[in-house]
Amino acid sequence: MHQMTLAEIARGLKDKTFSSVELTESLLARIAQLDPQLNSFITVTADLAREQAKAADARRAAGESGALLGAPIGHKDLFCTHGVLTSCGSKILTGFKAPYDATVVDKLAAAGSVTLGKLNMDEFAMGSANESSHYGAVKNPWDLTRVPGGSSGGSAAAVAARLLPAATGTDTGGSIRQPAALTNLTGIKPTYGRVSRWGMIAYASSLDQGGPLARTAEDCALMLQAMAGFDPKDSTSVDQPVDDYLAALSQPLAGLRIGLPKEYFGAGLDSRIADAVLAVVEELKKLGATVKDISLPNMQHAIPAYYVIAPAEASSNLSRFDGVRFGYRCENPVNLEDLYKRSRGEGFGAEVKRRIMVGTYALSAGYYDAYYIKAQQIRRLIKNDFVAAFNDVDLILGPTTPNPAWKLGEKSADPVSAYLEDIYTITANLAGIPGLSMPAGFVDGLPVGVQLLAPYFQEGRLLNVAHQYQQVSDWHTRAPAGF
Amino acid sequence: MQWETVIGLEIHAQLSTQSKIFSGSATTFGAEPNTQASLIDLGMPGTLPVLNAEAVRMACKFGLAIDAYIAPKNIFARKNYFYPDLPKGYQTSQMDDPIVGKGHLDITLEDGTVKRIGITRAHLEEDAGKSLHEDFHGMSGIDLNRAGTPLLEIVSEPDIRSAKEAVAYVKAIHALVRYLGICDGNMAEGSLRCDCNVSVRPKGQAEFGTRAEIKNVNSFRFIEKAINHEVQRQIELIEDGGKVVQETRLYDPNKDQTRSMRSKEEANDYRYFPCPDLLPVVIEQSFLDEVRGQLPELPTQKRERFESQFGLSTYDASVLSASRELADYFEAVEKTCGDAKLAANWVMGELSSLLNKDNLEIEQSPVSAEQLGGMILRIKDNTISGKIAKMVFEAMAEGSGESADAIIEAKGLKQVTDSGAIEKMLDEVLAANAEQVEQYRASDEAKRGKMFGFFVGQAMKASKGKANPGQVNELLKKKLEG
Repeated sequence: MHQMTLAEIARGLKDKTFSSVELTESLLARIAQLDPQLNSFITVTADLAREQAKAADARRAAGESGALLGAPIGHKDLFCTHGVLTSCGSKILTGFKAPYDATVVDKLAAAGSVTLGKLNMDEFAMGSANESSHYGAVKNPWDLTRVPGGSSGGSAAAVAARLLPAATGTDTGGSIRQPAALTNLTGIKPTYGRVSRWGMIAYASSLDQGGPLARTAEDCALMLQAMAGFDPKDSTSVDQPVDDYLAALSQPLAGLRIGLPKEYFGAGLDSRIADAVLAVVEELKKLGATVKDISLPNMQHAIPAYYVIAPAEASSNLSRFDGVRFGYRCENPVNLEDLYKRSRGEGFGAEVKRRIMVGTYALSAGYYDAYYIKAQQIRRLIKNDFVAAFNDVDLILGPTTPNPAWKLGEKSADPVSAYLEDIYTITANLAGIPGLSMPAGFVDGLPVGVQLLAPYFQEGRLLNVAHQYQQVSDWHTRAPAGF
Repeated sequence: MQWETVIGLEIHAQLSTQSKIFSGSATTFGAEPNTQASLIDLGMPGTLPVLNAEAVRMACKFGLAIDAYIAPKNIFARKNYFYPDLPKGYQTSQMDDPIVGKGHLDITLEDGTVKRIGITRAHLEEDAGKSLHEDFHGMSGIDLNRAGTPLLEIVSEPDIRSAKEAVAYVKAIHALVRYLGICDGNMAEGSLRCDCNVSVRPKGQAEFGTRAEIKNVNSFRFIEKAINHEVQRQIELIEDGGKVVQETRLYDPNKDQTRSMRSKEEANDYRYFPCPDLLPVVIEQSFLDEVRGQLPELPTQKRERFESQFGLSTYDASVLSASRELADYFEAVEKTCGDAKLAANWVMGELSSLLNKDNLEIEQSPVSAEQLGGMILRIKDNTISGKIAKMVFEAMAEGSGESADAIIEAKGLKQVTDSGAIEKMLDEVLAANAEQVEQYRASDEAKRGKMFGFFVGQAMKASKGKANPGQVNELLKKKLEG
C-alpha cells in the first residue's frame, strides 16, 4: 500500500479498493515502525489523521470526489497547523501550538487530505543538510549515514522512505529541489507569489515559496493544484488564475527548446552527475526537444547575493522570537535585556545565530549600501539573465546539485562548503522563477537530480516535461532498500 | 547675546480608519487590554500584513491639502528594534520613499501676519502597543490594542522660530486633519502627538545649533511650555560655557522641565530596509484626482473667503476658520442674521467666553447658531439694544433652547420705540430733576455736553433699559433745548 503514488491512491480510494482510514492506519503503523531510523517527523498527528481520514471517507460516501480526498500527506513543520506544535525545527518555538492554519494547510485540508504529521527541517529552514534541527538530524533513506538535503529534509526523507506519498516543503534557496534530488524525488518550487505564504513561518520573505515533494511529477501536479492560488491575506501572492496542471502533463514535447547554461556544467560539478543530466537531455531530444547552449553570466554572484539578502530578511523576521509572547523563554530573567539575550541565545541554534549576525551586519548603518543594496543589484542582473535567456529557450536544464548526498557531519564545520551546494538552485529564488527537480539516475548508489527552470507561472510546463520524461524512464520508481 | 530659536516638529496623527493599518482589528480607544489585537497585531509567526487602502487615501488627502508631492510609488520599510510592546521586533514605517513629499502650510500669527511653514514629508506607519508598569508586581503588562493603529507622521522643516509659532503650527495641523476627517485630533487620548526638535543659535548665524528632541508632548499648552523651557535651558547652558548635546529629552509637565532620555550615541541603529512582505504602493493619477474631488474647503481657503466675502480681518477670519465646527457655526449665525461683523463679534466674544468658562466645545454650545442669529436680528431691527442683548444671551445660555423672541417677550425686554411713551417718560424724568434742568439751561455748550449724559442715564434707568437709546437722545435734546 505504501508504495502507491498519490495518483494510484486516488484511484484506489475512488474504486473503494481501500478506505482512507485503512490507508491512514497502515501508514501510521509504518511511520511508528520505520521513522526512528530516519527522524523525519517532529510530530505525528495520529488523532488528527484518524479524524480527517474518517471525515474524508464520509465525504466520499456522500458522493464527493477529488484527487486528494482521503490522501495522506505531511507538512513541513513551518506551516502553522491549528492546535499542533509548529516548531520550525527550533528550540525557540518550544510549546508553540499555532492558533491558526496556514493557507496551504487550509487548502489541502479543504481538498480532503489527511495530515499524518509535521516534518523535520533545518532550523528556520536554514541549511542544506537537515542537520541544524533542534529535533536532531534527519537521515537519508538511501544511506542512513548520509544527509537527506535540506531544509525540507524531513519531507524528503519521509516521502522517499514511503512513509508518505507526498509532503509540503518550502524553498528559499533550493530547500525543496535539493532534498528532492538527494532522495530521488520530484519537487517543485513555484513562481514567487503562486503559493500563499500566510501561516508559513518566514525565513527570507522575498525568497520563500511553498511547494510539494512527491515521487512523480503527476503527484506534484495534484498537490500544487490544491496549494496554489491568490490569497488576499498575503500581499505578495499574485492574483492570477491557476493553470490546470494535470491537463498540462500530457502535452507532447515536440518543438520544446531547452537551454543548457554553460555555468551549470563548470568546475565543482561531479562529472558523473553531468553525465546523468546529459543522458536526460538525450531522452528529451528523443521526445522532440531541441537543445541550445546558453549563458547566465551573473550566476557566479548568486551565492554572495543570496547570503546577504536572505540573512538580512531573516535577521528582521526572527526578531519576533523574543521570549515575550510565545515559545521558549529563559528561566528567571532578571530584566528585559536578560530576557531577550538569554531567550534568544538559548533558543536559537548556531546556524540561525550565524545568519542573524550576518544579516544584522549587512543592514547596519554604513554597510547597507555596500551589502544589501549591492546584493539587490545583483539580484536584478540575475533576473535579467533569465528573462533574456527565455527569449530563446522555453526551459533551462541543468543539475540540481553539484554532488550527491554527503555524510552526516561532513560539512558541519565548514558552512561555506554547504552553502556552495546551493549554487544551482539559488538563482531561481533570486529571480522568482519556478524550478523543478526530478530523478536523473544514481551515482555510487545515491540518487541525483536534474533541475528544470521555466519562465514565470509556467509550473505547468515544468510538470509537463518532468511527467513526459517519467513516462520513458524509471529512476523515479526506485525505492531505497529497506523502505 | 541675542539668540534665535529654531524649531522643527514631528507630529504623529492617528488616522481615523475603522481598522488597523495592516490588520482587520478595530481601532477604538479604551477597549479592554488585548481585545483589539489579532494574530497579526500580536506578531504571531507566519502572519503577514495587508495594507489598509483607507489609510493610503487619508495620507493622500493630507498630501493634497498641503500642496505636496505625492509619490507615485512609495515603499514601506522595517525599522528594527526590540521592545516588548513592539511585537514583531520592527515597526513597519516608511523611510526613503514616503507617500507624501514636500509641501507647506500657512499659519496666522497673533499679529495677523501669515507665515508659511515648510513640510518636509509625511509618511505612514504603524503605532506600537503600550507597556503597563503598574499592577503587575515588579513585572510589566503589554496591551497590544494600539499596536498597528495607522499613524501619519508629519515632519516640518526647521522653519519655526518660537514656541508661539510652534503652537500656531500644531493648531493649524490639528485643524487641517480634522477638516479632512482623517484624525479626531484628540490629544488627551494621544490621537495627535508631537515631538519637538529645538535648537538655538546666535541671531544672524546661518548654521543651526545642535538640537535636542523633546518626545511626545501632548497638549498645545505643554508644547509652548516645553519649548520655552528647553530654549532657556540651552541658552543658559551655552552662556555658561557648556555645549548642547544631540539627545532625546522628555518633558515633565508636573515639574515643567525636560530631562535627558538617551543621547545620540545610545540611539538604536534601526537597520531600515524595504519590507519584503509588502509591495510598493502605486498611486495612480486617477486616484489622486478622485481624492482631490472629495476634499472639503480647507482652513486657509475658508479664512481667505471669510476675509473677501464677509470683510473680516485676517485675524478674525483665521480664528473663525480654526475649526470646521466653529466655522460652520459662524456661517450659520451669519446666514440667519445677515450681518457677518455682528455674527463674528458675538461668536468670538460672548459665545467664546461662555464656552471657555464651561470648557465646552462649539458642538456642545448651549446656544444654537439659529438662536444667536435670531437674537442678532433683533439687535439689527432695534427690538433690543446691545445691552439688553447681553441679557437675552445670558438667558439663552441657560440652555432652555428658547428663541430670542420668546425670551424678549417673556421677560418684557422689548425696546420702547413709541415716541409718545418715551416723551411721557422723559417729561416725568425732567420734572423730577427740575433743579438740574435749570442748571443745564444756564450752562454753556461745553458744560452741557457733560450734563446731558446725566439725563440719558436717568431716562434709561426709568425705562429699565428698554427705551430706544437713539430716540431718547433725540427727544431729550429737543426738550432740554426747547
